[in-house]
Amino acid sequence: MTPDLLSHLFSIASAALVAIGLFMLVRSHYLLRALLGLTLMEAGVNLFLVSVGYREGAAPPIAIDGQLPAVMVDPIPQALILTAIVIGVGVLGLALALALRLHQSEGTLWLPRLRRRAQSACSKEDAA
Amino acid sequence: MTMRRNLASLIFTVGLGLMLVSLMQGSHTAFPVEVGQNINAAGFADHGAANLVTSVVLGYRGLDTLGELTILFVAATAAGMVLGHCPGGSTPPVRGGFILATAAELLFPFLILLGAYIIIHGHLSPGGGFQGGAVIAAAYYVPLLAGSGRLFSEDTGSLIESLAGVGFIAIGLLALWGGGEFLAPLYSHNGAPGALLSAGTLPLLYLAVGLKVGSELASLLARLGGIGMEVDDDA
Repeated sequence: MTPDLLSHLFSIASAALVAIGLFMLVRSHYLLRALLGLTLMEAGVNLFLVSVGYREGAAPPIAIDGQLPAVMVDPIPQALILTAIVIGVGVLGLALALALRLHQSEGTLWLPRLRRRAQSACSKEDAA
Repeated sequence: MTMRRNLASLIFTVGLGLMLVSLMQGSHTAFPVEVGQNINAAGFADHGAANLVTSVVLGYRGLDTLGELTILFVAATAAGMVLGHCPGGSTPPVRGGFILATAAELLFPFLILLGAYIIIHGHLSPGGGFQGGAVIAAAYYVPLLAGSGRLFSEDTGSLIESLAGVGFIAIGLLALWGGGEFLAPLYSHNGAPGALLSAGTLPLLYLAVGLKVGSELASLLARLGGIGMEVDDDA
């Protein structure tokens, strides 16, 4: 692997994660798989933001025995990601709760079936 | 029809991926912003926290952290409203068997210890309230998954959560009352740098964050896990 490709490895990986996640979100027929796609997209964005703060040969921004390392990575993206992950968990929990309720009321999370049901409910309302 | 739509979305996704790669190229050659450099230079002297990430999370943008706690609180509350409160309590739908249940109960104190360690040392080492809180929530969720009974009490959880939230805001108001800004770090220079009792109010703020995140996630997971879900046969 060339050094040039290696330096872009994180960019390529995070772009791939976002692309795969988006594909899953848009194209999957099962609601939980779509939520998994959302999580993958989030992971891609987080990976990208953390990798932006990386510097060649840098140490983590932590003082050891009261001495800071000479070259440190950017702490700001790390602090942002720290909270973004927790918020992602909260959002995923809310989405799963809604999916659970949907499953309880409709008996399925299979999206084509849900869509058909919603359409037939609409046409019934139109007829009435 | 479906074939063509699949192909179209595949082409769109690949194109989007290529665009993202081209956008992201060159982002590693230089720092896009100088703020990180300045914080690396001044953060340790400003707040006395050995972990500069903690210094950013609680010292420089503590108000943002309060906002993020609010988002988590709203998400957990909304999930609780959607799921409702089942009067039977969150009894596990499946019993996991003797080995799994015993192992889960054996794991519980160690996970609590690990979570508490990560929270308390958040200003010294990688970790802090958010990470330690997640570990503590996992400690309560593992027995629930293994079906070894119910350890988490939602009343205690919401009490701890409210107290932690009030504590976080009280420390912020204390700083405001002392003549500084809301949530400004206090007593930053008491204690030796790198010691457990250092960095002033930052460890206390992280303790509040850890308790709040832990109890919130634990109650969210307990609510989610308490409701059985039949296996979908057409997936």
